[in-house]
Amino acid sequence: MTAEEGSARDEVLARVRAALATPGTHHPRTDVPLTVARPEGVPVPSAHASLLDLLVDRVEDYRARVVRCAPGGLADALRAALEGAESVVVPAGFDGDLLDLAGPRRVDESSLGEVHDVEGIAAVVSTATTAIAETGTIVLDHGPGQGRRGLTLLPDLHVCVVRSDQVVATVPEAVAALRPSIDQRRPLTWVSGPSATSDIELDRVEGVHGPRTLCVLLVDVAS
Amino acid sequence: MSRTFVGMPAFPLAARTAVADAQLRRNLGHATATIRAKRAAVVSEVQDWEALRARGAEVKDRVLANLDTYLLELEQRLTEAGATVHWARDADEANAIVVTIAGERTAADREAGRAPEVVKVKSMATQEIGLNEALEAAGIRAWETDLAELIVQLGDDLPSHILVPAIHRNRAEVRDIFRREMGRAGRPAPEDLTDEPARLAEAARLHLREKFLRAKVAVSGANFAVAETGTLVVVESEGNGRMCLTLPDTLITVVGIEKLVPTWEDLAVFLQLLPRSSTGERMNPYTSMWTGVHAREGVGDGEPVGDGPQDVHVVLVDNGRTDVLADVVGRQALRCIRCSACLNVCPVYERVGGHAYGSVYPGPIGAVLGPMMRGRRGALEQSLPYASTLCGACFDACPVRIEIPELLVHLRTQVVEHHRAPGSRGLPKPEALAMRAGAWTFADAGRYEKAQNASTLAGRLGDRLLHGRGTVGRMPGPLSAWSDARDAPVPPKQTFRQWWARTHTDTPADPRPDTHEGGVP
Repeated sequence: MTAEEGSARDEVLARVRAALATPGTHHPRTDVPLTVARPEGVPVPSAHASLLDLLVDRVEDYRARVVRCAPGGLADALRAALEGAESVVVPAGFDGDLLDLAGPRRVDESSLGEVHDVEGIAAVVSTATTAIAETGTIVLDHGPGQGRRGLTLLPDLHVCVVRSDQVVATVPEAVAALRPSIDQRRPLTWVSGPSATSDIELDRVEGVHGPRTLCVLLVDVAS
Repeated sequence: MSRTFVGMPAFPLAARTAVADAQLRRNLGHATATIRAKRAAVVSEVQDWEALRARGAEVKDRVLANLDTYLLELEQRLTEAGATVHWARDADEANAIVVTIAGERTAADREAGRAPEVVKVKSMATQEIGLNEALEAAGIRAWETDLAELIVQLGDDLPSHILVPAIHRNRAEVRDIFRREMGRAGRPAPEDLTDEPARLAEAARLHLREKFLRAKVAVSGANFAVAETGTLVVVESEGNGRMCLTLPDTLITVVGIEKLVPTWEDLAVFLQLLPRSSTGERMNPYTSMWTGVHAREGVGDGEPVGDGPQDVHVVLVDNGRTDVLADVVGRQALRCIRCSACLNVCPVYERVGGHAYGSVYPGPIGAVLGPMMRGRRGALEQSLPYASTLCGACFDACPVRIEIPELLVHLRTQVVEHHRAPGSRGLPKPEALAMRAGAWTFADAGRYEKAQNASTLAGRLGDRLLHGRGTVGRMPGPLSAWSDARDAPVPPKQTFRQWWARTHTDTPADPRPDTHEGGVP
């Protein structure tokens, strides 16, 4: 920080304090943090099976594809989801045994120099950290199996594996579940369907800059 | 190349031009009605939306009441996470900081004879401070990457809505702009480009991809900044935000000092309120959260590899916000999360669009924020608090319960006081004189009746002059200030009392009761 900026800092803080000292300020100053916000969201089904149904319904509403499978069927589901893709980038920490790929050329994250090298690769597979049923949102904290942020951004197809025990009902529950990721200073990417815009006459168009196809593989670990 | 809002005329004048544009009115009518319906549908899904709004307001009020504490906490957390924090008193200081950093990081390009450039994520704060113009003045091209902002920038135009800045353009106009301008800015539009939105989006994808991959510096705003953790949040739809936040080496984020939320958990409130209020979605396609500089472990055998920009800057900007904070009534305007719900429900905005408000913040919230952040001296700022019918729809839609109608009345008072204050250049405005004359007339029944009789005479004369048009157009002298923005009906040819006396010859000519009992006061 330059000296100029140092004085800017002092002056902005001084202005804030002067403004808050204005007589008649109606919000009492207090440093007590607010309690965790847990407003009721949409009526959420109590049974876990229906929670998964809600997630599927909400993700499909964004015109993303959802495939449900048992753990034993995941390799087949991955193969089907990647069919037709010329190449696929695989994040470090993604279970390689699942990828019994005959078709796409496989590029491992560890073989990439910078993330720009992902450009031109057709597809990406990843796991997720949590999923929110009421909004159809998948959250990545870019830990093992999820790749650097650019990996799930540049390819045109994103195949994302979500385990049923990662699904929560509401946004506040997801925020609470993500506390460890934030405490470890991980970046987060919240994904609700494929990239979209409504900028031209408010017509929704899927696919501007991010992956134009999002395919969620929901693995029912209880079954 | 981009235009600015500097020197915009007062609202009534600009509104007159906008209202006369039939295409603009059609586009606006369609757009605002569509978003209103989407918002209403997803808001009705949330059982206790009102409790959520109240919580949003409460969290923001808590931030504002402790702003110095939270700013220092944010600064500390950001610094611990490897970011560099800068402070700016006003727009010029903020611009100078960004220009300096961007200039240094693109110096190699300049030396190699390439034009230095930055990519930008749509940000109200950077528009407010006029950053693109400042960068251009320093020889650095600033590329807007949001589709609507790209349309505005390529069309050498001004944004007209917070959320959909090109709301005033239809698809045919967008196609024409892309065909004409994309080639000059980089990769040209495909030869066979049609006006289908999907084709237009594809053209933008190809045009911007090369810029994302080439750019060394990105500039963004932030929807939220979490004081407790130092986490910054960008909420978006297209993925251009993710591109800017992850691909370049340097990231500069310009954050208004009111953007804070205290804790990580508080963020949950706004992640529920904002998408539903803004685009009418349960959740927007992409939300990015980052905390300083990130690295990813476990990729190879050795050191962690960088994930995203390793040179991260945050510019905390005041630019009038502490003036708003000092206004005890007006302070609540700083709760605003820039969702634009108030624009879409406003009967005035729906008809005139965003340009008439003369700043980057249009609509009801712009009519409040403009005069409060920029001061009440200019003709535009003095006219904005009157750009409203005070119907209250904006308050009902506001996810953080800003009492916009109350604030507009508060600001109207200040405008009047400004003219009344001793030493102000202001003689009382003609309107104030007219109101004073009105008060004198209404205070006495005899005077009132005489005034009425005089006006019916004007009505009878006017009927001949106006050939039965029914409204008075431009009135002469000081009255023109009133008539320029309003159609006044021609005064009736007779008053109610005269009509009563004429048609009820059996009753006393003066229908006034002797006492007030039972009557309307």
